[in-house]
Amino acid sequence: MSAVDTGPDAKSQRELITPEGVDLRLRIGSAGERAAAFIVDMSILAASLIALTIAIGLSGVAAELRGIVAVIWLLGAFALRNFYFILFELGPRAATPGKRLLGLRVVARDGGRLTSEAVFARNAMREIEVFLPLTFLLGSTIAGIDPVGGWVALLGLAWTGGFLLFPLFNRDRLRVGDFVAGTWVVKSPRERLSIDLLDAAEAARERFAFTPDQAGAYGIKELHVLEDVLRRRDPKTMAAVAERIRGKIGWRAATGETDGDFLAAYYAALRARLESQLLFGRRRKDKFDKG
Amino acid sequence: MKDLQLKSQRFRAEREADWRRLEGLLAKVEHRSASSLTDEELLAIPVLYRSALSSLSVARATSLDHSLVDYLEGLATRAYFFVYGARAGLRQRITRFFSATWPAAVRGLWRETLAAAAIFVVAAALGFWLVWQDSGWYASLVGEMAGGRDPAATTAALRQTIYEPPPQSIDLTVFASYLFTHNAQIALTAFALGFAFCAPTAFLLAQNGLSLGAMMALFVTRDLGVGFAGWILIHGVTEIFAILLGGAAGFRIGWRVAFPGDRSRLDAAAEAGRAVAPVVAGVVLMLVFAGLLEGFGRQLIRDDWARYAIAGATLVIWLGYFYLPRRQASA
Repeated sequence: MSAVDTGPDAKSQRELITPEGVDLRLRIGSAGERAAAFIVDMSILAASLIALTIAIGLSGVAAELRGIVAVIWLLGAFALRNFYFILFELGPRAATPGKRLLGLRVVARDGGRLTSEAVFARNAMREIEVFLPLTFLLGSTIAGIDPVGGWVALLGLAWTGGFLLFPLFNRDRLRVGDFVAGTWVVKSPRERLSIDLLDAAEAARERFAFTPDQAGAYGIKELHVLEDVLRRRDPKTMAAVAERIRGKIGWRAATGETDGDFLAAYYAALRARLESQLLFGRRRKDKFDKG
Repeated sequence: MKDLQLKSQRFRAEREADWRRLEGLLAKVEHRSASSLTDEELLAIPVLYRSALSSLSVARATSLDHSLVDYLEGLATRAYFFVYGARAGLRQRITRFFSATWPAAVRGLWRETLAAAAIFVVAAALGFWLVWQDSGWYASLVGEMAGGRDPAATTAALRQTIYEPPPQSIDLTVFASYLFTHNAQIALTAFALGFAFCAPTAFLLAQNGLSLGAMMALFVTRDLGVGFAGWILIHGVTEIFAILLGGAAGFRIGWRVAFPGDRSRLDAAAEAGRAVAPVVAGVVLMLVFAGLLEGFGRQLIRDDWARYAIAGATLVIWLGYFYLPRRQASA
C-alpha cells in the first residue's frame, strides 16, 4: 500500500478497484459496530414480536377467530425471523436499520453487484450462528432437571458458539454467512462536504507572513492533525496546539493575535507549501521526513 | 470571484457543483428508489460518477485537504454501488427466479441430492429393519414424534390415526402453518449446518430417515402399510424432497469448504453459497406447499387412492419442473 495509508484507518482499509481503475479504499466495519448493529436489529425484532403478541392479546378476539390469529402469529414470527434481514439488505442501501444506524452496509467481496442469492445465503446462515446457540442456551437452562440433557446442551452451546464468534478470528470480520455468501460489511461513507479551511483563513492571511523555513516545519501527518483541530474548534486544544507550533517555529505572537487566526493562517501556509511540493512529486510524510 | 491561491482550491471551486449534483441524485435514489429519477437524471449519474472518480484521483494526488478526499471517496463509493449495483425490479427478479434460477440451481446440485437421498433411504431401510427385528428399537428411533403411534397401541387405534377425521378442536389452518414454520426451520438448519463439513446435515437426514423407516415397520406389522404410506406420501413427496434439497445444499457448502480444490477456501465457499442459495429459498416455498397438503389435504382426503394420486402428481410435477431439459434462457 502507498505511503498515505498511515493512522488507525490503515488496518481496516481494503482495496476495491472500480472498472475505471480507481481504488475506493473501503473500510471494514469493526466487530463492535457489527455487534451493536446486530443488537439494534434484534431489539427491533423482539419489540415487534412482543407488540404483535400484545396486539393480538388485547384485541380480545372471539373464539371462532382464534385460529386465524394463531396463523397470523406463527407466520408473522417466521417472516420476521427469516425475512427481516433479507428484505432490508436487498434494498437500495443494502443495510438493516441497525446497520444503517451504525453506518454500515453489505457489499459483495469481489466488488460486483450484491445479488439476492448472496443476501439470502448470508442470512440463512444466521440459523447456525445465532438461533442454534440460542436454542442450546435455552435448552441448557430448561434441561436443568435432566443432567445428561444439560451436558449435551452445554456441549452444543460450546460448539455453536464457535460459529457465533467466527468474525473475531479473521481480519475481515467475516461471519459465517459472509464467508459463504462472498460478502463483507463495510463502513457506508456518508461524509458531508465541509468548508475548505483555506477560505476561512483568507482574512487572517495578510497579517501573517511565515518564512519558508517556518512554513516547512511539518509534514502531511501534522497538517491533518491541525485540520482536525481547526474543524473541531475546541478552545483548549487550539491554545495548546498554537503554543506548540509557535514554540517550534519561533513565532512571537503579536498583540491581539488570536490562536484561531494564527492556526488558520499557519494551516494555509503549511498546506500551500506541502501542496506545491506535491506538484513536484514530493510527498512529505511527517516532520521527521527530511527527504 | 475571489482570488484563489492554491491549485487545490481552484480545483474544488471548478468541480464542486458537479459533486453536489451527484450527491443530490444519490440521496434521492437511496431515500426513494431509482424509478423516482427522470430519464435525464438517470443518464447523468454514470457521467457524474466518472467525473467524481477522476476528481478523487486528482484530489489524492494534489490536495492535502483531508476532509475533501474523504468526501470524494464516500461520494464515489456511493455512486459506484448505484452504477454497478443490482437494479432489477422485484417483479423481474421473481419471474427470473421461477423460470430459470431455481430449477437451474436444483439441477446443478444433482450429485449432492443423490447423496442426500441415498443417506435418507439407507437410514429408512435400517430403521425399518431394526423395528422389524425388535420393536424395542421403536422408542429410541422415533422419539417424541410418535404421538401415540407406538407398538403398545392397538391396531384399531393405529388405523384411527391415519383414517379418522381430525377432532373438531384442531384448527387445520393453524396446524398447517405450524407444520410449515417448523419444517422450514429444520430445512434451513440442515442447510446452515452443512458449513460444519457436512456431518451434522448427514446426521439430521439420517435421523429423519430412521424414524420414518421405524414407523413404516410398525404399521406394516399391523397390515396398515399401504394406508400409512399414502398418509405419509401425500405431503411427504414434497416435504422429503424439500428436506433432501436443503441437505444437498448444505453438503455442497460443507464439501467446498473442506475441499476447495484449486480455488482459495474463501472463494470456493462464496461460490458454493451463491450457487445453492436459490435452492434453499425454493425449499422454503416447497415447504409452504407441503404444509398445506399435510394440514388440509391429508386430513380431508381419506381415500388411499386419492392420496396416492396426489403423491404421484406432486412427484411428477417437481421432477418435471426441476429436471426436464429446457431451452437455455437468453440472459
